[in-house]
Amino acid sequence: MSQTAINAADIAIEVSGLSKSFNGREVVHDLSMTVRRGMIYGFLGPNGSGKTTTIRMLCGLLTPDSGEGTCLGYDIRRDADKIKRRVGYMTQRFSLYQDLSVRENLEFVARLYGMRGAPRAARAMIERIGLNGREEQLAGELSGGWKQRLALGACTLPNPQLLLLDEPTAGVDPKARREFWNEIHALAAEGLTVLVSTHYMDEAERCHEIAYIAYGHLLAHGTVDEVIAQSALTTYTVTGGDLNRLSAELADKPGIDMAAPFGTSLHVSGRDKAALEQTIAAFRSRSDLHWQQSEPSLEDVFIELMSRSKDNFQ
Amino acid sequence: MSAAHDHSGGREMSFGFWRRSYAMLVKEFIQLRRDRVSFAMIVMIPVMQLLLFGYAINTTPRHLPTAVLLQEDSDLARSILKALENTAYFRFTQEVHDVDTFDNLLKSGTVLFGVEIPRGFERGVRRGDRPALLVAADATDPVAAGSALSALGPIVQTALSHDLHIGDPSDPPFEIRAHARYNPAASSRLNIVPGLVGTILTMTMLIFTALSVTREIERGTMESLLSMPITPVEVMIGKILPYVLVGFIQAALIIGIGVLLFGVPIEGSLTLLALLSTLFITTNLAVGYTFSTIVQNQLQAMQMSMMFFLPSILLSGFMFPFAGMPVWAQRIGECLPLTHYVRIVRAIMLKGATLQNLKYDTLALVALMLVAMAIAVTRFRRTLD
Repeated sequence: MSQTAINAADIAIEVSGLSKSFNGREVVHDLSMTVRRGMIYGFLGPNGSGKTTTIRMLCGLLTPDSGEGTCLGYDIRRDADKIKRRVGYMTQRFSLYQDLSVRENLEFVARLYGMRGAPRAARAMIERIGLNGREEQLAGELSGGWKQRLALGACTLPNPQLLLLDEPTAGVDPKARREFWNEIHALAAEGLTVLVSTHYMDEAERCHEIAYIAYGHLLAHGTVDEVIAQSALTTYTVTGGDLNRLSAELADKPGIDMAAPFGTSLHVSGRDKAALEQTIAAFRSRSDLHWQQSEPSLEDVFIELMSRSKDNFQ
Repeated sequence: MSAAHDHSGGREMSFGFWRRSYAMLVKEFIQLRRDRVSFAMIVMIPVMQLLLFGYAINTTPRHLPTAVLLQEDSDLARSILKALENTAYFRFTQEVHDVDTFDNLLKSGTVLFGVEIPRGFERGVRRGDRPALLVAADATDPVAAGSALSALGPIVQTALSHDLHIGDPSDPPFEIRAHARYNPAASSRLNIVPGLVGTILTMTMLIFTALSVTREIERGTMESLLSMPITPVEVMIGKILPYVLVGFIQAALIIGIGVLLFGVPIEGSLTLLALLSTLFITTNLAVGYTFSTIVQNQLQAMQMSMMFFLPSILLSGFMFPFAGMPVWAQRIGECLPLTHYVRIVRAIMLKGATLQNLKYDTLALVALMLVAMAIAVTRFRRTLD
């Protein structure tokens, strides 16, 4: 993390100490983050980790219990109206009108933002998201992938400066997901800032920067390489032999934090490199196993972070 | 062996049936208990109905508001009025001295009866001319006026004779002339059709908007809507206005049928009727919209509408005479839009009332509408907190 002097105008989101509780249960705890303009910022974490709550606080849908910050230079507590005019929020659950057609939904959004020539803007957006021929179809009758394109179209329609996408690709097939991400990169290239929450590691790797949040705590952030480096995790990839048995044998041994199968190989990771190597020394002599030190994957890092945070916060 | 097995299998199945039914029953009870509004309705609806029917409704009302047109202030006139009040049917609320004010009071529905003591009444009695004492009744609601009018003859005669120490009560020295205005044939249809306009509109309008906000929440569209730059007032206007048109068409339909099929007259201005009907429609839509900002789901919205609709029917004077209700029930009635609209629509259609006559009820509707809208706008949550 070397960006020490960032020009204030380059910052899209800057919040510090955000906390939010529901019925006495703290969902987001003392969260601080900075997102530079033009970035695709990935927001990762297990279900119920506070991603949605954080996104809602950023766009004024929820009031933080404590903490403060700005979104596009506007105070998230006081200027919710100004933020709403400049931010496109795509909800986790499809939240456009199912009983309105594609065109009617887009025209509704265009009018709500006070855009002139709503029909023209809607038509242009239908073109851009490739829904031509389906403009008169009811939104509720669209397939998951088309619904997602429509939702993205609706939140980019009023030309926002920031997009908040809450698990936009959940339940969407790989091809549609690929196209979706190409679109997000195209939007970022136009200068839009995108904050996107996801569960998928491949999507995380397509982000400029990522943040990992679990149980309401922001545990790691930076570029993918930085997050992997920060983890200080040592990983060995083992191939050959009976990996299931090996996995069972390694479990609970000192220095082994994680042993996870990946297809025909097993990833063995630990934070304490010396302890890990001491433990596996006994197994390295086995002729049927092939051991090779490797770079931990992002998934290794996240699963390790998650199991560690579980011990700490639950 | 196999028969025994089948037998136990059958028992197993019937146990299973009861167990599953029981599981469902327990689940329903838990959900019902969590749904506070539904739970309250279970108690409130029967209790309210019982109390209203039992205490508030009286089809032979007494102490009806009456105006006196005093064109002669004599001792005889005073004692006649005293005797009339003693019958318990009449309660003198206004004393006026000119015919215009007298007519206006009846037309606006402020009073149900008017007693007119003509000039030279006492002299006429002394001379044995048998002068006439005029009792005018607003017969738009035949139930309210009917019992008092029918009792008028014998009871008043007796009371007067007693008070005035006249030897033969069957032959008093003056004549009581009762005059049922506006609906001389005492046709209940003339009374019910205009009231029905308001009742039907209350029911349909309430439900249209009572479901509107909860529907957005239940379908998940509220999250999107709130993330966009729209204010609570804009949401409200957008949700109410389309139904004003719907309500207007409905009102035109009911009034049209009333006029064509039931021969109900429209004595007053059709424009005024249309204008005030629109006001009433908007007021109901605002009330329904307020409900939808208070409740959590569509079922609660329906129940709350019922809670409002029930007293509207019972206490508005649509079904039972308003004047016959105790004061507390009248106070509740004054808070219901239907009460004012029933008066307005009857007055315009049957009595040819003008806006001047209907000032009070019009202002009451405006006030109720504004209160409902103010509550709705403050209750509308702009965040998901």
